[in-house]
Amino acid sequence: MFRKTLTLALLLGTAAAMAQEPAAPPPQSTPQAAAPAQAQLPADDQAGGLIVDVEGGTSQPTPIAIPVMPTPAVVQTPAGATDTLGRQLSDIVANDLRNSGLFTPLSPGQLRAVGFPEVTAPAFDYWRGTAAQALVQGYVRANGDGTLTVGCYLYDVSAQRELVRQGFVVPPADWRRAGHKCADTVYSRLTGEKPYFDSRVVYVSETGPKGKRIKRLAIMDQDGANHRFLTNGQSIVLTPRFAPNQQSIVYMSYENDRPSIYVYDLGSGRPRRVVQNANLTFAPRFSPDGRWILFSMAVGGNTDIYRVSSQGGTPQRLTNSPGIDTGGSYSPDGSRIVFESDRSGGQQIYTMNADGSNQQRISFGGGRYATPVWSPRGDLIAFTKLAGNFRIGVMSPSGGGEKLLTDSWSDEGPSWSPNGRVITFYRSGRGASGAAQLWMVDLTGVNERRIPTPLGGSDPAWGPLRP
Amino acid sequence: MTKLKTAILIGTATLALAGCAKKRPAVLPPAPTETPSTAGQTGPGGPIGSGVAPGSDADFQRSVTSNTIHFGLDQYDIDPQARAILDSQAEWLQRNPNVRITIEGHCDERGTREYNLALGDRRANAAKNYLAAKGVSPSRMTTISYGSERPIALGSDEAAYAQNRRAVTIVLG
Repeated sequence: MFRKTLTLALLLGTAAAMAQEPAAPPPQSTPQAAAPAQAQLPADDQAGGLIVDVEGGTSQPTPIAIPVMPTPAVVQTPAGATDTLGRQLSDIVANDLRNSGLFTPLSPGQLRAVGFPEVTAPAFDYWRGTAAQALVQGYVRANGDGTLTVGCYLYDVSAQRELVRQGFVVPPADWRRAGHKCADTVYSRLTGEKPYFDSRVVYVSETGPKGKRIKRLAIMDQDGANHRFLTNGQSIVLTPRFAPNQQSIVYMSYENDRPSIYVYDLGSGRPRRVVQNANLTFAPRFSPDGRWILFSMAVGGNTDIYRVSSQGGTPQRLTNSPGIDTGGSYSPDGSRIVFESDRSGGQQIYTMNADGSNQQRISFGGGRYATPVWSPRGDLIAFTKLAGNFRIGVMSPSGGGEKLLTDSWSDEGPSWSPNGRVITFYRSGRGASGAAQLWMVDLTGVNERRIPTPLGGSDPAWGPLRP
Repeated sequence: MTKLKTAILIGTATLALAGCAKKRPAVLPPAPTETPSTAGQTGPGGPIGSGVAPGSDADFQRSVTSNTIHFGLDQYDIDPQARAILDSQAEWLQRNPNVRITIEGHCDERGTREYNLALGDRRANAAKNYLAAKGVSPSRMTTISYGSERPIALGSDEAAYAQNRRAVTIVLG
């Protein structure tokens, strides 16, 4: 059964056929079908038709129509009635695409009610009368085995043709993920970029006065839904980051007044201390293969970068400078590490080989540079620039092409979306009442928006795309 | 020793307040929490009849110039003012040889989180190393860095930042 895995189904029949044949055979679930990212898009050529520009930042967002998804039969499910789900799913798709900054969903008043047979036979005459260049239609169906099937179809309005179709079979608890997968399908087909909406963020929830702030680990979907606290706030917790397999989170905790790095197992809910010694350990991050944890350890006032097996064991030292070396992050292939060091007198960004050799400074733009993170695409390093304001920026791994994306009093702690197109970070306010909040910004720097959280938030870390 | 020093400091403060002193001390000592006559009754094991347990953190706090030293922006060196404070701490610690302490390192909020953890560790260790050089056994001292997680002044201005860049000595137990 598909209790935990979101299953991709290739939609083979037409909606008309399905309408005549409500008991249509369940969608295929082949081995590839369990891994949507590897599945071939069944629609026609990738080259032709509508293309959305992701580089410019000055071009207008593409108008897109996302009408309510109909259901062949209204059925009550643990996630709600299928007709209600159809409305909510189209909202999820619209919100994701709007939040990307690349699309403007038509307002509800500009949409038409779409019947089930119309899902695969769009009323192009109507849609050509709107501003929409693209059209997303879909449906929700409750299956006999308790799962839901969400169909997702993308059309080019002016060419009047289908661009891609996909179906997702989900347990009711994962219904929102089907919406994110549909939005990912649309986004990828129209931009040529890899998807990122079906992903989660782990962060530190903050409440209380600045002098004794209560901090708790929390996890949520990237749009803020399905929010859940992981720790109770008795100990200060900082800098959580996902394991590549998303089954655990590495973070730093002040448990027992011994600030050190822990791995939190999402399945059991139990934390495990990683390095068993009396030294301060912090700034942890997994290697891309999950076998190692890169971290910083302070010994007698001197901080260097180490790595340790993610199972624990004896740390291996990678840097050996009298300054503060911290904030290590692996390149996506695991062969290089980017980190910050104040060995030159102030914080600057350096790269080195994974074994610690070949350390080279790459930031020379004036001011201090901190918190470097290697993009999952490998092409950029995100950082915090400290020069008056704290700002989020990016540069190439060799140090060129610096571009600052935000400008606020205190933006800090970038973390990449799974596709390397968007960065989440936290923004702090001034003074005793100054709270921290989570934000995201895309690589154009134009599309900046806050991520809703129940309380304040800091140290966001974006997880990988979910399988 | 402490008795003599306290008396001198109070005398200096009185002179300064009276406007008769040519040379003011760089920083006035904190106002005494007890009257001079009570503070004068310090016996070998600590103050007598004050309700403060000898060797306790309360005893430490009222006996030393301050439990807190401060640092410059992005600095961790022990300046002359901090030296005088740590000297008074070392003195008390030598008179209370069974007491263990922890030294907290703190930073202002105008630094990135992970760097501040390392900088707080540097500051706590700078204080520890100074006390060790004054004869306090390192085995009696632990350090903990709070980075910028526990500011004492909550404003976002240089006056608040200066207060928050600190190392605080706390008597354990």
